[in-house]
Amino acid sequence: MAIVKVCGIETEYGIHSNNSHDNPVSLSSLLVNSYVTDLERAGWDFENESPANDARGFSATNGQPPQIETHLVNAVLTNGARYYVDHAHPELSTPECANPLELVLYDKAGEEILRRSVASANKYLPAESPVTVIKNNSDGKGNSYGCHENYLMDREVPFSRIAKQIITHFITRIIMVGAGKVGTELAGNSRAIPFQLSQRGEFFEEEIGLETTLKRPIVNTRDEPHADPARFRRLHVIVGDANMSEVSTFLKVGTTALVLAMIEDNWLDNADIMLANPVHAIHQVSQDVGLSTVLELVNGTTATALQLQWQIFELASDYVEQNGLSVLGDEEVGKIMMERWESTLESLESDPMSLSDQLDWVAKYRLLQAYMDRHNASWTDPRLRAIDIQYHDINPEKSLYNRVGMERLVTDNEINKAVVTPPRDTRAFFRGMCLAKFSNEIASANWDSLVFDLKDGPLKRVPMMDPLKGTADHVDTLIQGSKNATELLHGLEVQ
Amino acid sequence: MPEREQKHRSTSTKRETEEETDEHSASTASGEKLKAELDDILDEIDEVLEENAEEFVRSYVQKGGQ
Repeated sequence: MAIVKVCGIETEYGIHSNNSHDNPVSLSSLLVNSYVTDLERAGWDFENESPANDARGFSATNGQPPQIETHLVNAVLTNGARYYVDHAHPELSTPECANPLELVLYDKAGEEILRRSVASANKYLPAESPVTVIKNNSDGKGNSYGCHENYLMDREVPFSRIAKQIITHFITRIIMVGAGKVGTELAGNSRAIPFQLSQRGEFFEEEIGLETTLKRPIVNTRDEPHADPARFRRLHVIVGDANMSEVSTFLKVGTTALVLAMIEDNWLDNADIMLANPVHAIHQVSQDVGLSTVLELVNGTTATALQLQWQIFELASDYVEQNGLSVLGDEEVGKIMMERWESTLESLESDPMSLSDQLDWVAKYRLLQAYMDRHNASWTDPRLRAIDIQYHDINPEKSLYNRVGMERLVTDNEINKAVVTPPRDTRAFFRGMCLAKFSNEIASANWDSLVFDLKDGPLKRVPMMDPLKGTADHVDTLIQGSKNATELLHGLEVQ
Repeated sequence: MPEREQKHRSTSTKRETEEETDEHSASTASGEKLKAELDDILDEIDEVLEENAEEFVRSYVQKGGQ
């Protein structure tokens, strides 16, 4: 029987300033550092801070790039997330979530954390060259950065089966969850490609592999479970786009989690949906704005991405009828997800533009078309590329996503709460609550352990090898009742 | 595809009929409103879009990503 699909998203954000002296590594460090510094100093209150100087040597007065720590920063937050500098980008990994709607919330909370970081960082930067953060996956010049999904899987399921059976969904889900992009970045593309459904799709060159930066594979083989390796696997998914749309994120995570559960339960063993040439197919689907391109299947027939999505949906419906939706962590959320999946496919079939308030690529495409009509512009006009990038700006004053009336699945109040409090139904609860209450006694925090320093005696490590243990049900009473980490650890031992 | 559609329709006919009736009348009534909204959005975009779009697009370079 499939296990609950605990899930999370890691997002590498694009970072930019118009000051050519600012390098992205320093800017990224400044973002994370200034956010964490404001937290420490202000005790969660961001509103009343106006520091001119900082003990770390930040300075807002000389108009030069700030002097900041250049080591790569790595912070674990009280909502259970990890916030750090990866390569030349700020990156935020959400806490582990027990259902797809909760992950939408924590993905948006991640955006809010970056937004607050920008406000903090800009206090140290000259007013004329503030830092800008973009939640997309490509700079339009062939450089891509990732938005990776993670799903908890049963170690007993052979990886080869997962890889073989998930690939069609990874490729065809693009018609629902692509973030949209103007043009192409592949030098070899001689044909004019005005618009693609996916930011990332054209960067994939292999079916299966370990790489994430070169020769990117559609199925990534990284095997680093951050949990008991004898019981669990973490499927690391690098093929998706970063979504601004809450509906797109919900469908991306919800459908994928369910299809992975189906694979665990041998539900796709006889499904006749294998693509003959996955790498070619992902490029085809990404370019298929008309949703009509036929893809070759292993069985010698052809089907469009939409037809294949319908087939996967029908298989999922049958699966759910027999097995329920508990694998999605919450039956009600699962039902909403199935309804949304179906209605989205129906709309893609009848009138894709009717989804312009729900799906990123449709919203962006409609906006670009309207802009071209008004300004008599062509697809190669740089203003269209600017719109493409600025759609993903997380600054609400700049963001075009914010202006096109997209449907919401979570509220701003929920997001603000999720910035500082962890999900209740995974081990992220234990991590986040301990960091909030006992941070002075925590030596280090990681995905699968917390290390306490009780000042007398050796460090004490609390392993968290099961992502579904350490939930509010398990430890809330104990944490609330513990005055310090010594009492907490004593209580854990007694338990 | 016809086979799929038939099966699919049979599982959701009731819900679809109810919802589509509402949606259709709503969308017809609000067609002009949507167009007006899009015009408003375009006005806003003209205001907030980076002034020098070409320079902005050219200078947005992101290396070292996964």
